[in-house]
Amino acid sequence: MSQAQWLDLLVGGINDTLFMTIPSTILAYLVGMPLGILFVVTGKEHILPKPRLNTALGVIINFLRSIPFIILLAMLIPVTRLVMGSGIGTRSLIFPLFISAFPFVARMVEGSLKEVDYGVIEAAQSMGSSTAQIIFKVLVPEALPSLVNGAAICTVAILGYSAMASAVGGGGLGAIAITKGLNIRRMDIMYAASVLLVILVQIIAVIGNQSTKRIDHRKR
Amino acid sequence: MSQEVLIRIKGLSKVYKTPDGDVVALDNIDLSVAKGDIHGVIGMSGAGKSTLIRCINRLDTPNAGQILYRGQDILRMDTKELLAVRRKVAMIFQQFNLLMQRTLGENVRYPLEIVGVSRKAANERVKELLTIVGLEDRLNAYPVQLSGGQLQRVAIARALASDPEVLLCDEATSALDPMTTQSILSLLQDINRRLGLTIVIITHEMAVIRQICSRVTILDGGTVAEEGTVDEVFMHTKSQAGRRLFGAAPQTPEEEPEGPALRLVFDGSSVDKPIIATLIKEHGVMVNILSADMKNIGGKTYGQMLIRSPEDPAEKQALVHYLEEQNIPVKEVNAQ
Repeated sequence: MSQAQWLDLLVGGINDTLFMTIPSTILAYLVGMPLGILFVVTGKEHILPKPRLNTALGVIINFLRSIPFIILLAMLIPVTRLVMGSGIGTRSLIFPLFISAFPFVARMVEGSLKEVDYGVIEAAQSMGSSTAQIIFKVLVPEALPSLVNGAAICTVAILGYSAMASAVGGGGLGAIAITKGLNIRRMDIMYAASVLLVILVQIIAVIGNQSTKRIDHRKR
Repeated sequence: MSQEVLIRIKGLSKVYKTPDGDVVALDNIDLSVAKGDIHGVIGMSGAGKSTLIRCINRLDTPNAGQILYRGQDILRMDTKELLAVRRKVAMIFQQFNLLMQRTLGENVRYPLEIVGVSRKAANERVKELLTIVGLEDRLNAYPVQLSGGQLQRVAIARALASDPEVLLCDEATSALDPMTTQSILSLLQDINRRLGLTIVIITHEMAVIRQICSRVTILDGGTVAEEGTVDEVFMHTKSQAGRRLFGAAPQTPEEEPEGPALRLVFDGSSVDKPIIATLIKEHGVMVNILSADMKNIGGKTYGQMLIRSPEDPAEKQALVHYLEEQNIPVKEVNAQ
């Protein structure tokens, strides 16, 4: 394989991986973030206790989160076909990735919001804040460093899931490592794709870490 | 002097349901807070004082009773009315509860933001408020950079932002060292005088009550044990709970002395000098101390001492006269 071919293959892989990961992460946050917030505030002893809704949300989140991604991927093919126009291929992966990631995001958001000292929330209540004001002016801003850190973790997880794309004919670095590497005994290709995946993960982790540190005013 | 009652609590009860059964936190509490007063509520931990103050702005919901603020029952208000009252009944906390991701200025601005005060007007007000608490130069600092006393000052500035009528202080000095406690108490007293702000203070520290409160309510086991002006309650403590809190006096009847005795009350107002030695040397009165439990708080002597009552009436007369001259109330125990 020529140098140009190598380059084409790997750059294409990076492109495909990001093309699956980024949109599905954004979609997962659009749904998972409100869901996580709703789950926290409707909990008992929080600002908007709604026991039944809270239990229902908990069940949905846990149910979706407990299905292994590779199984969910296969199960969702008919729905994916409806939503994305095709049940297979790189682009179609965005939908199952989003479905499997939003409950995970909701859990991460829940964890971050629960780190906010409840005393601060009570102080906001004592000043006459509405529920919406507490959520958007207290809960989310106070949890922001942790939320950003969580976003990096979620992105890495989704990137990892995207490596299973080859199961439904999708591309990306994971698919290259398996179909163009492992399956045809081209270990050099497998390792090259894997190293690139590791580097991508590292970049996301470092960005997440640095941003978290920069916006957190609790240190120093 | 008759004062307007600002907060009137009637028959307030609160029961917590726990797996081990019901815990009665408040049992039929009646309490009135007059406008302009600094009203202290003191009790041992578990006496229900924190629950009581948290019911006033409905951070806790009681099971029964009324809390009338300017004649309106806070417990029966809808959300809109409640939010409006909370802006008039501000609160500060033991742990300060500042927003850690906001600067001090932004913290103080919060109450103004939520009622839609323009950014420019709010920033002006924030500067004024931080000046009142002496932290105008730390506008852009973050809470993590400040000491506990400074944080409580910011919390006070924030509480004042909505121009409240009442300030509830939930153990506001309990996390602070004695020096800082003094400075926060002086600040509260200053605000009370200058702005006419009514203050309700929850504390377990007698010194806090002594230093700034005009009235005190003693809570014990979820009920009001005693209520009155601070001087009245301190000098003529009627309840067991009160005597326990002041850390003096026989706690159980068995410790009552046999025979006539005199109880000397040190309420911090007497001059610090050797009272007993002077009695013996200069007045020729032999003093037999039966028991004593005294504390020195902030350079003042608090507590009680029990001495044998002299048999000679003239001697007793001289002794009582001398003590009263020294501002030490004397009470006869088991008088003949």
